[in-house]
Amino acid sequence: MPGNFVPSEFIVNVDHQRCRRCKRCILNCGFGVFDFQNMTTADSSKCVACHRCVVFCPEEAITITKNPLAFKEHASWDVRLRKAIWKQAQTPGMILTGMGNELPWLGIFDHLLIDACQVTNPSIDPLREPMELRTYLGRKPESLKVEGENGDYALEDPVSNNIKIEVPIIFSGMSYGSISLNAHRALAIAAERLGTLMNTGEGGLHRELYPYKDHIIVQCASGRFGVHSEYLNAGVAVEIKIGQGAKPGIGGHLPGEKIGREVSGTRMIPVGTDALSPAPHHDIYSIEDLRQLIYALKEATGYKPVSVKIATVHNVAAIASGIARAGADIIYLDGFRGGTGASPAIVRDHVGIPIEIAVAVVDEQLRKEGIRNLVSIIAAGGIRQAADVVKAIALGADAVAIGTAALIALGCRLCQKCYTGNCSWGIATQRPELTGRLDPDWGAERLVNLVNSWATEIKEVLGALGVNAIESLRGNRERLRALGLDQTTMDILDVKPAGR
Amino acid sequence: MLIGKFKKWRVEENRVPSACGLSGFINTSKKLIGGEVILDSMSVMKERGNGLGAGFAGYGIYPEYSDFYAFHIMFEDESGKRTFEDIFCEKMEVACGEEIPTRSNPNITDPPLLWRYFAFPRANVLSEAGLDADDFVVRLVMKINTDVPGTFVFSSGKNMGVFKAVGFPEDVGDFFRIDEYKAYTWIGHARFPTNTPGWWGGAHPFNILDWSVVHNGEISSYGINKRYLEMFGYECTLLTDTEVMAYLFDLLIRRHHLPLEVACKVVAAPFWKDIDHSDPEKQEFYRSLRMTYSSALVNGPFAVIVGFSQGMFGLNDRIKLRPLCAAAHGDVVYIASEEAAIRQICPRPEKVWAPKAGEPVIARLKGGA
Repeated sequence: MPGNFVPSEFIVNVDHQRCRRCKRCILNCGFGVFDFQNMTTADSSKCVACHRCVVFCPEEAITITKNPLAFKEHASWDVRLRKAIWKQAQTPGMILTGMGNELPWLGIFDHLLIDACQVTNPSIDPLREPMELRTYLGRKPESLKVEGENGDYALEDPVSNNIKIEVPIIFSGMSYGSISLNAHRALAIAAERLGTLMNTGEGGLHRELYPYKDHIIVQCASGRFGVHSEYLNAGVAVEIKIGQGAKPGIGGHLPGEKIGREVSGTRMIPVGTDALSPAPHHDIYSIEDLRQLIYALKEATGYKPVSVKIATVHNVAAIASGIARAGADIIYLDGFRGGTGASPAIVRDHVGIPIEIAVAVVDEQLRKEGIRNLVSIIAAGGIRQAADVVKAIALGADAVAIGTAALIALGCRLCQKCYTGNCSWGIATQRPELTGRLDPDWGAERLVNLVNSWATEIKEVLGALGVNAIESLRGNRERLRALGLDQTTMDILDVKPAGR
Repeated sequence: MLIGKFKKWRVEENRVPSACGLSGFINTSKKLIGGEVILDSMSVMKERGNGLGAGFAGYGIYPEYSDFYAFHIMFEDESGKRTFEDIFCEKMEVACGEEIPTRSNPNITDPPLLWRYFAFPRANVLSEAGLDADDFVVRLVMKINTDVPGTFVFSSGKNMGVFKAVGFPEDVGDFFRIDEYKAYTWIGHARFPTNTPGWWGGAHPFNILDWSVVHNGEISSYGINKRYLEMFGYECTLLTDTEVMAYLFDLLIRRHHLPLEVACKVVAAPFWKDIDHSDPEKQEFYRSLRMTYSSALVNGPFAVIVGFSQGMFGLNDRIKLRPLCAAAHGDVVYIASEEAAIRQICPRPEKVWAPKAGEPVIARLKGGA
């Protein structure tokens, strides 16, 4: 019997008339698709459609097509399900995958429309007028006590530490280990140049990146990889990662294949061991335990802001309220479309709720309780374009975080094979011959371009909305309308239907 | 919400953007001026209204009841009035309740019952509620306006009153016999709403306690300003931008004790580029202000004139997308949408100027209270 029942997903075709046998494809493919026996040959079964070979073939001799193999149609037995069963019948392991939820769930962002000014209210031209995106992340007081008079005013108490970001877009936590050091470098350089933040993820911070500390959030997750006092102080804030959108309820998984000397040194674990974070923090079994860790980290860092990152699950509003009351300064909400380097497919595709809903209910709950000022809300997990940023902020987020979008800017093709460590683009891999391809300066420039491009688009929309500061959009659901959402969802989002 | 509370009045169901004409003046020596003067000033700005709303506020008009809150109320019918009085008299010591005097005017049609009550919260009610009198009155107004059928409180300050209706300013002034009142501050408003509601409550000035706001503009940040105010117990039932403006000043000045100038810098916040270039203490001050009160920034075009017991001020949005002019002559300070409205009542003022974007014009009574 054949070992593998599952037919190849893609067909790799080499045009031998055009091919001049330079073997660049063999070098470039991280998955070992190509070989050379008198001419270039391809093993289609290994192809993940990452396009590295296509982009780097000087003769454009390679094409990749979807395997047109016909399956008997069946409305309820989708081919994807049949393939999963063949794989699972072959080995008893869980199906592992990478990146975000791939199932065609309803995309709420795509059912929201943005307002604009006409006649009664002038729109503002962002090319000619100031348009402000600056945002401060952290706790704010409910009110200020002002002393003095006649233009000479002072504050009775200073406002506690807040982090200034010049665009309401930060990079989400992606660990060194899951992605390469060069990818981390690119994110850090870009964050500095943009006046925003990168997030270490849960794998510690390579010492080489300590100089970027003003633009880094350091993460402390259940595995405590790479956490030591110097690390905790190597950023502007500390983030406690409770969960992530791609895999709510389970910890980070980094296969031993990706743990070489440098990763091992940074994470403080032996070379080649699987780095499996416990599902919960074993010192946080309830909300009062979280409070202790928040304050322990504040004590350890001279009271820098503490962020708590959670996956958006059904009861997210009440959880977020608890987190705000436990002393967090930032709540990072990671929606069910959030990415990952490795996750069981069942969890990635079926657990959690959309970020749009989560932002709306968390913002509303905190307002109802009169504690919205205690925390900033970061929305992540499904932010794909500037329009999503605008909508997330209008629903109530202070800022958004992008992970997948940043990786796509670096070349990622969403092949969803990060967990194999074979990333041909040098992003989600630790193989030196692959990581070397990602030039951090080139990567940083692409990230800066992406974020600046989005920022320009956001300014254009703000101008059309007739406002010139991002805070006038924040939580301003009046400027959104829904098209094709059911009444209950609109009620939850507190957004009216188009036409009303 | 207000919608559904009234049987015959068609309350605005959606927020109605409107353009407008504003005028106001204050005699800082507290010398009283007849209401015909504000009518005269408004008369040259007829183009700025469309007859769908006008109103006035006068300060110092009720000296005989200056310690009592003057409630001006519109009732749809007698039954609303009875329900209201049951609730009101239980909570408030009423010194006087009477019909607001009116004159019949052919252009003012289908008026509601218009009553005024001079009253003060009963001591036991205040101690039970654990609130001071001002806070209690705010809650009471909110409660009546949301819960009592057919009833709408449109003025609730001391020694002041708002008069407003659907119509042009001269007709509304005539109807309410504005010329028979004397005040040290007058503000007036002519409305140009962009749909055709017949709702008297939607006219300006908008009032809560002794804050009266006349407003020209459309608040593009309305959604977040409203949600911010809700955190502090304000219910925006009227669906007008102006309501948001009045509550914001009440919150910032009366409840958070911000100096008036500082409150204006919240509502029309300085730009970051200007903050970044000021000296370090100022930077920290304005940075903190913007961080803390980001949701109270009023964005979009506006010009407002706000009356309060101790003075009057005018303010523009931070890029001045609506007209506003100011003048001073002797003890009187004038603010209006158009210079013509000022020169109509003060032909040769000593000083006339156009206030800069986001820079308030503040006139206070001399010698404080």
